[in-house]
Amino acid sequence: MEVVMAFVVGGLYAAAIYMMLRRSIVKLVIGLVLLSNAANLLIFTVAGMKSGAPPLIPPGMTVPDGASADPLAQAVVLTAIVIGFGVLAFAVVLIHRAYEVVKADDMDQMKDTDR
Amino acid sequence: MLYAILSIFLVAAVAPVVHRLTGRASGWVLGLLPAALFVYFLSFLPAVSSGESIVLVWPWMPGLDIQLSFLVDGLSLLFALLVSGIGFFIVTYAGRYLQAHRDLGRFYVIILAFMGSMLGLVLADNLIALFVFWELTSITSYLLIGYNHEDKDARKYALQGLFVTVGGGLALLAGIIMLAMAGGSWELSEILNNGDVVREHALYLPLLLLILLGAFTKSAQVPFHFWLPRAMAAPTPVSAYLHSATMVKAGVYLLARLNPSLGGTDIWFTTLALFGAVTMFTGVFLAFRSTGVKKVLAYSTVMALGTLTMLIGVGTETALLAAMAFLLAHSLYKGALFMVAGILDHEAGAKDFLQTGGLRSALPVTAAFAILAALSLGGVIPLFGFVAKELMLEAVLDAPGLVGILSLFAVLTAILGVAVAAIVGIRPWFGARADTPKTPQHEAPVAMLAGPAVLASLGLIFGLGPGLADQGLINAAAASVQGAPVDGYLALWHGINLPLAISAFSLVAGGLLYWRWEQARRALAWVDRAAEYGPEKGYFKMMDGLVWISEWQTRVLQNGYLRYYVIVTVAMTAGLVGVTAQLFEVSVGTLHFERLQIHEMAIIAILVASMLFAVLTRSRLGAVAALGSLGFTVALVYVLYSAADVGITQVLVETLTVILLVLVLFRLPGFLNLSSSALRVRDAGIALVTGGMITLLILSTLDARLFPSISQYFIEESEPSGYGRNIVNVVLVDFRALDTLGEIFVLALAAIGVYAMLRFRAEDRR
Repeated sequence: MEVVMAFVVGGLYAAAIYMMLRRSIVKLVIGLVLLSNAANLLIFTVAGMKSGAPPLIPPGMTVPDGASADPLAQAVVLTAIVIGFGVLAFAVVLIHRAYEVVKADDMDQMKDTDR
Repeated sequence: MLYAILSIFLVAAVAPVVHRLTGRASGWVLGLLPAALFVYFLSFLPAVSSGESIVLVWPWMPGLDIQLSFLVDGLSLLFALLVSGIGFFIVTYAGRYLQAHRDLGRFYVIILAFMGSMLGLVLADNLIALFVFWELTSITSYLLIGYNHEDKDARKYALQGLFVTVGGGLALLAGIIMLAMAGGSWELSEILNNGDVVREHALYLPLLLLILLGAFTKSAQVPFHFWLPRAMAAPTPVSAYLHSATMVKAGVYLLARLNPSLGGTDIWFTTLALFGAVTMFTGVFLAFRSTGVKKVLAYSTVMALGTLTMLIGVGTETALLAAMAFLLAHSLYKGALFMVAGILDHEAGAKDFLQTGGLRSALPVTAAFAILAALSLGGVIPLFGFVAKELMLEAVLDAPGLVGILSLFAVLTAILGVAVAAIVGIRPWFGARADTPKTPQHEAPVAMLAGPAVLASLGLIFGLGPGLADQGLINAAAASVQGAPVDGYLALWHGINLPLAISAFSLVAGGLLYWRWEQARRALAWVDRAAEYGPEKGYFKMMDGLVWISEWQTRVLQNGYLRYYVIVTVAMTAGLVGVTAQLFEVSVGTLHFERLQIHEMAIIAILVASMLFAVLTRSRLGAVAALGSLGFTVALVYVLYSAADVGITQVLVETLTVILLVLVLFRLPGFLNLSSSALRVRDAGIALVTGGMITLLILSTLDARLFPSISQYFIEESEPSGYGRNIVNVVLVDFRALDTLGEIFVLALAAIGVYAMLRFRAEDRR
C-alpha cells in the first residue's frame, strides 16, 4: 500500500502546486486544501502503514499487544490537521475580505494595490 | 570591577531622570560617577606600578567556558584612568555646552554607555567580552556622532563611521577566534604568556591580518583614515572624548595589548611601522592643509594614531616607552584643544581658523590654556609633549630596520606638527582682531574651562617632572606592552643629542611654514582635487553598489506575483533535494507492489478521481464537493491504517472545511480562466516534476531505516509514566504537550485574525 500511496501523494502535491500557480484566487484556496492533505498523507505514509494495529494499550498491560502503528507520526499528523484548518480558515476569510476591498478575483490586479 | 562597569550602564539608564531633577547642575552631578571611578582605579595604582597584574573573574557562561574576567595591569590601568578622568571633564563640559539642547538627557545616556563600553574594552581579559565591548563602542559612538539626527550629514557620517568600524569588527571577530585557537585560551592573561606558540602557529598570518584590519579601521589608519574627520559631525564634547582617550585609541590599545603575543615578527614590524608612518605623515599633512578648527584637530589625531601604531611596530623598549608617553601626552593636549574648539564655537561662533584672530583679550583664560596645550602638541620644551617627542625620535633612529624611511617621515611630521601647533596656538589668539560671527561677551563658564585648564596644566606638570608620570604608570604600561619589565625612564633633558637637534630644526622649519601658511595652502590646492579619488571615494562607490544590488534583488525576488514566489520556493526545494539525493546516492529499491484488496483499490480510485476533478472542473461547487470527497476518503485511510484518532479529527475538520468553503467561496465570483494554455503547460510541468520528486523521496525512504525510531520510547513509557492507554493522546498532552500548546496558540491567533477581519467589515458598513 505504501508504494501506491507514494504515487498518490506525489499526485496530490502536483495538483496542489498546479492550483497554487493559477491567477484565480479561489483556485489558490483549493490548492491550499490539497497541499495540507498531501503533507499529512506524506508523513503518515513514510511512518509506515499498518492495518489493525492501533497504538492502544489493552487493560492490564503496560505495552501494546504486539507491534503497533507509529504513535508519534499520528500525533504529528493530528496536530497538522488542526493547524491546517486554522490556516485555511484565516486564508479564506482574508481572501474574502480582500475581494470585498479590491473587487478583483485576479491576483495580478491585487498585486497593484500596494503600489 | 564588575560593579564599577555595571554602575555606568545603570547610571546611564537613569541619566535622563537625573537630568530632569537637577536641571542646570546635571553635568556636575553625573560627572561624579566618572570621578568616583577615577578614584577607584587610582586605588589599583600602587599594586600595578610595582609590576603586578590583577585578574578578576566572574563566571558568565560556564558551559561555554566564557567568563567575564578583567585584567588590570599598567596598560589597562593607564587607559582606564584616561577614560574615567577625561570622562569626568567631558560630562561636566557637555552639561554646559549642550545646556540649551532639548535632547541633553539622551546625550548623557549615550555618552555614559559609551564610557562603560570603553572601560569594559580596556579592562576585559576574556576575548569574547573584549569583542562585545569593542562592538558596543562602535554602536554607541554611532549614536554619538549622529547625535544631531536632524542633520543629514550627521546621519550620513555617523553611518560611515559605523560601517568602517563594524566592518573591521567582523574581521576582528574572526581574528580573535583564531587567536583563541592558536593560543589555546580565551583569556588574554594566558594568551599573552603563550606568545611563542601563537607566533609559530599555522594560523598566525591570517589571524594577524584580520586583527590588524580590525585595529586599523578603528584607529583610522591609512587608508581608513577618512571616517575620523567626518565624525566631526558630532557635538564637540563627543569629538573631544572620541579623539583624546577613547574610540580611536581602542585600535591602538588592541595592538599594544597583543604585542607580547603577536609582536616581534618581521611582518608585525614592517606592517605596523610602515602603515603607522604613512598615516602619521598623511594626518599631519592634511591637518596643515585644513582650516576648519575641528578638522585640523581631527587630522592631527590621525597623525597621533599613526605615530602610536608605528612605535608599537618598532617595538624596542624605547619605542614602547615613547608610545605610552605619547599616548598620555596626546590624550591630555587633544582633550584640552577640542574643548577649546568648543569654546571658540560657543563664545565666538567660529568654526574655522580663518574666521579667528586676536581673541586673547576677549578670552584670556581660554587662550592661556590653549597655548599651553598647543605647545605640548608642537613638542616644545618643557611640555610633556616634548618628552614624548624626544623619545619617539630616539626610538625611530634606533629602529631595528627601515631607519631611513621612518626617520624621514618622523622629521617631516615633526616639522609639520610644529606648524599645526602654531595654527592652533597662535592663529586664533594673536594678530589683528578678526570679525568672528559672534562677538565674545565674556570668558567661557567654569564647567567648560575646567577640562582644558586641568588637562593642559597636567601637560606642563608632567613635562617638568616626567618622573611623576613615569614611575607611577608609564613604566608599568610599557612593561605590559613589552611583556617584560622596562628599564628605561622618562626625562625632560637627555643632553644635547640628535633628537634634540631635530627638535630644534623642526621648530624653526615649522615656524617658517606657519609664517607662509597662506601661500603653502594655496600651493597645495591640488590636494583637494586629488582627495576626490581617495579611499573615501571607494567607500561611497561601495555603498552605492550595495544599494544597487539590494534594489536589484528586491525587484527580482519581491516582484509581487504569488505564483513566482511559489515557483521559486518549489524549484529551490526540488533542486536542493535532487542535488542532495545525487550527492548521497539515494536510490529507490525494487518496488514491492503487493496485491491490493478491493477496498484499497476503491480508496485509491476515489482519491485520484476527486483530485483530478477538483483540478479540472470549472464549477466551484464541483470543486468543493471533490475536496470534501477527497477529505473524507483520507479520513478513511487513517481509520483503516490504525489511526482512529486522526481519522476522527479529519472527519470533523473536513466537515468544517466544506461548510466554510461553501459559505465563503460562493460570495466570490466564479472561476476565471486567466492563463494561456502555454502557461498552463509550464505550470503543469513544474507541478509534475515536484510531485514526481516527492514520490521518489517517499519510495527511497520506505526501505531505509537509518536510526531507530524514538517512537519506541513513547510506546514503552506511555502507560508507566503517562498513565494513559491511548498512546497518541499521551504523546499529544504529555510527551509533546508544548507542541500542542503551540497548536492552540496558532488556532487562537487565526481566530483572532478572522474575528478582526469580520469586525472591520462591520465597522466599514456602519
